[in-house]
Amino acid sequence: MAIKNKYVQISPEEFDRNFADIHPPLTPNAAVIEASRCLFCFDAPCTIACPTHIDVPKFIKKIATRNLRGSARTILEANILGASCSKVCPVEVLCEGACVMNHHNEKPIQIALLQRHAMDWAHDHQFQPFVPGTANGKKVACIGGGPASLACAAELAQLGYAVTIFERKPLAGGLNTYGIAEYKLTPEDALREVESVRKLGVKFECKVEIGGQSSSGKLDSIPNPTLRSVSLQSLERDFDAIFVGIGLGDTTDLEVPGEHLEGVVDALTFIEDYKTKRTKCKVGRRVAVIGAGNTAIDAATAAVRLGVPEVRMVYRRSEAEMPAFAYEYELAKGDGVIFNWRTQPVKIHGKKAVEKLECVSMRLGKPDKTGRRRPEPVPRSKFFIECDMVIKSLGQTKHDDFLKAVPLLKRSRDGRVLVDEKTCQTSNPKFFAGGDCVNGGREVVDAVADGKKAAHGIETWIRRNG
Amino acid sequence: MADLSVTFAKTIKSPNPFWLASAPPTNSGFQVMRAFDAGWGGAVWKTIGEPIVNTTSRYSSIDYNGVRMMGLNNIELITDRPIEDNLREIYEVKKRFPHHAVIASLMVDSKRETWHDIVKRTEDAGADGLELNFGCPHGMSERGMGSAVGQVPEYCEMITAWVKEVARTPVLIKLTPNVTNIALIGRAARKGGADGLSAINTFNSITSIDLDDLAPRPKVSGKSAHGGYCGPAVKPIALNMVHTLNADPEIRIPVSGIGGIATWQDAAEFILLGCSSVQVCTAVMHYGFRIVEDMIDGLSNWMDEKGFKTLDDFRGASIARLEDWGNLDLNYKIIASIDPEKCIGCDLCHIACWDAAHQCIHIEGEGREAPTRVEKESAMNFLAPPAHHPLHVHEPVLHSRGITTRYVGLSGNGRQGQAPPPTTSLHSSTEDAPPALRSNRVPYVDEEECVGCNLCWLVCPVDSCITMKEVRTGLPFESFNDRTKRLAKVSTCEPPST
Repeated sequence: MAIKNKYVQISPEEFDRNFADIHPPLTPNAAVIEASRCLFCFDAPCTIACPTHIDVPKFIKKIATRNLRGSARTILEANILGASCSKVCPVEVLCEGACVMNHHNEKPIQIALLQRHAMDWAHDHQFQPFVPGTANGKKVACIGGGPASLACAAELAQLGYAVTIFERKPLAGGLNTYGIAEYKLTPEDALREVESVRKLGVKFECKVEIGGQSSSGKLDSIPNPTLRSVSLQSLERDFDAIFVGIGLGDTTDLEVPGEHLEGVVDALTFIEDYKTKRTKCKVGRRVAVIGAGNTAIDAATAAVRLGVPEVRMVYRRSEAEMPAFAYEYELAKGDGVIFNWRTQPVKIHGKKAVEKLECVSMRLGKPDKTGRRRPEPVPRSKFFIECDMVIKSLGQTKHDDFLKAVPLLKRSRDGRVLVDEKTCQTSNPKFFAGGDCVNGGREVVDAVADGKKAAHGIETWIRRNG
Repeated sequence: MADLSVTFAKTIKSPNPFWLASAPPTNSGFQVMRAFDAGWGGAVWKTIGEPIVNTTSRYSSIDYNGVRMMGLNNIELITDRPIEDNLREIYEVKKRFPHHAVIASLMVDSKRETWHDIVKRTEDAGADGLELNFGCPHGMSERGMGSAVGQVPEYCEMITAWVKEVARTPVLIKLTPNVTNIALIGRAARKGGADGLSAINTFNSITSIDLDDLAPRPKVSGKSAHGGYCGPAVKPIALNMVHTLNADPEIRIPVSGIGGIATWQDAAEFILLGCSSVQVCTAVMHYGFRIVEDMIDGLSNWMDEKGFKTLDDFRGASIARLEDWGNLDLNYKIIASIDPEKCIGCDLCHIACWDAAHQCIHIEGEGREAPTRVEKESAMNFLAPPAHHPLHVHEPVLHSRGITTRYVGLSGNGRQGQAPPPTTSLHSSTEDAPPALRSNRVPYVDEEECVGCNLCWLVCPVDSCITMKEVRTGLPFESFNDRTKRLAKVSTCEPPST
């Protein structure tokens, strides 16, 4: 291992401290006081702003009256993943961003913390408000075990469907389990919600890859001896409807020489690595994160928290164009992350492992299709960034191989699954889809909203077709 | 700086109108001296009488929206310390603070000799005045004292007269609010010779019940008794009772105002309704003696701004501004006006007006525009209004945005929610653009229908967003009483029908 001597190592205590909850919970009395600040708006903007339309003033007023059971039920009825959403939602641009208090020169109501308060109560009291519906003899398969499928499955189970979730990884929960910064959401939090779905009678088949021959196309998956393969054809045969909640695929390549070197990892693999291996995760002493989205920030701040002395983010555009949310950027700045704006990596140097990153400076030209100014290289501006680890965070690819195998499935030009907006039904009527594979990569709460919508779409479609 | 000094009933003098009410904060010389050091102008000693035994616990309170002690209830009785100890401490306090008012609250058995004895002993100790506790509504009243006296004008007058037979200092009667007409008791005290009144004492109350063990609070071994209620919650009721006393031509003796006073503004209001001094308890029990600093400072600053040099300059100035309802001008009209620049879009005014007032604040394009009078009436007669109309009554519907309509009077044409994430859809039905939330949510007033009730203005959380604007009716002043007279005249002038 070429970079062995350069690894940083922190103790388990340091890990716990560095990755402690970024938004500690409210005490019961603080929750009542905060809940009492809520104006109880009529037809509240926060509820409209929430993709799952949780009735926010209703659950908040129930906290004010210490009716936590009713509050938790209000949240969970709209969003079965209310607990994780309370921790990972970008509330600044959703409910809290819509709060009328923002127009009142006051801090918005701390909706996320209040929601978490009710969800913590629900967990502490093992509150399970829902029961499986009377079996209707119909079966639905959900491919992918992330938030979209969990929400879809929970909804269908209550309607009496026999639902099976197929997940490639050892544990369900999707990015909630494997891909969210530890200081926001722990795998335990995510798995709690998986359990609540399991209690509704939903079956989980983990370490399963959907592959093999489908009714009309051939699906070639990478053979993996640890995975069991189930053919798409058999799913089509055995289930009355199929929900596709497979999210996105691998991280997009940099497409520069040296990308194969040891020490080059993609951000989601890195995040999964440190969340599962914790202190045993190997990180270098100088880390460069390529990209400036929210996942890039999660990777950079995690590297800092894992003890890396020098963490930088390398982005080809400027601060103004960075896709990360403002508060995420603030978090990274507060963690002491260095920013190399208008910097394009062109080559990764190293014998066996990463030694340095060759970059050129960029300047911003005319706006491109997306409206952002197109970066252009500055001639003769080559320079080097010394580093022993490169984390790629340039967005994710689509699961092209799988999606191509689904018969009659229409997709957008950039590879997303096209669905009916109201029902989430795809161009193949037996297939419904939601979450990142449809929206190209958005929030957990968007996936939950899709899953719910798809469940009702499936119910309507199956009833109509007997 | 304005002169805040007070001379109450000719001889009781204090540097300011802020007195501590007879209550736990005045239980000992130690406390009263600390209070005077903090700036209090006077203290009414915790009621002296034959020492009693108290229970634990003794207090319970009402919180409001996270704020503690909006209202406080107690089942504590009069002093539990020997009479001699209290009298000795009064003597010591007066020696150290000769210019502060020390008034002894007294309560003994309803016997002439007993009252004569305690009055003499207390005055010998140096008290500036006496306050007869005819107000305590709990515990002592069951023993024939406190409000048991204060609720019967004849008893009140009789005992006041007994005390006046021997008293050399002013005698104040502390009144209970647990009566139907407090003026009757005030008049009785006056007839008995009282030099002043203290009003009000606490209200009979049960503050709350523990929903876990079903025991009312405060709990004494799983049980409770009704107590005396005070604190900010009772202030409006106290103001009304104080006004009743001060406006009564048969009373005309100074009143020391009590009831929920916690700030200089509260004090100014009691003085504007005629009080000569004010007494405070709950606020001190909540925050300590130090609160008097801002009471003095704030009152003084306000008086300077208003040009009032002494308390007499504004004492009672608002008494005559309270009229019988029948004398109010029926031709005065105000209507609500909403400032769209200030509106934050909470729409509380809209729903308050629709559900609880006169259905005249609406939202453009929300399916909540103004219904016509015909439509309102048809809804009242349970005739079906047009299906598209907001007053169409129907089962709650699931909007496309997934939430159930909470307003039963709404038909399904309410605003669509935010469009789902901008997915490339097979069949798209809504625009991707997010709603311009704020501008969509500014309500408007139907000025023809507005009755000027103030409700929207009261519920609006934004300062001066809703204002109530006067509308010139062009009609002269006419009260209900005037109108009744005028109409009576008109009807008598009508030619007799033939």
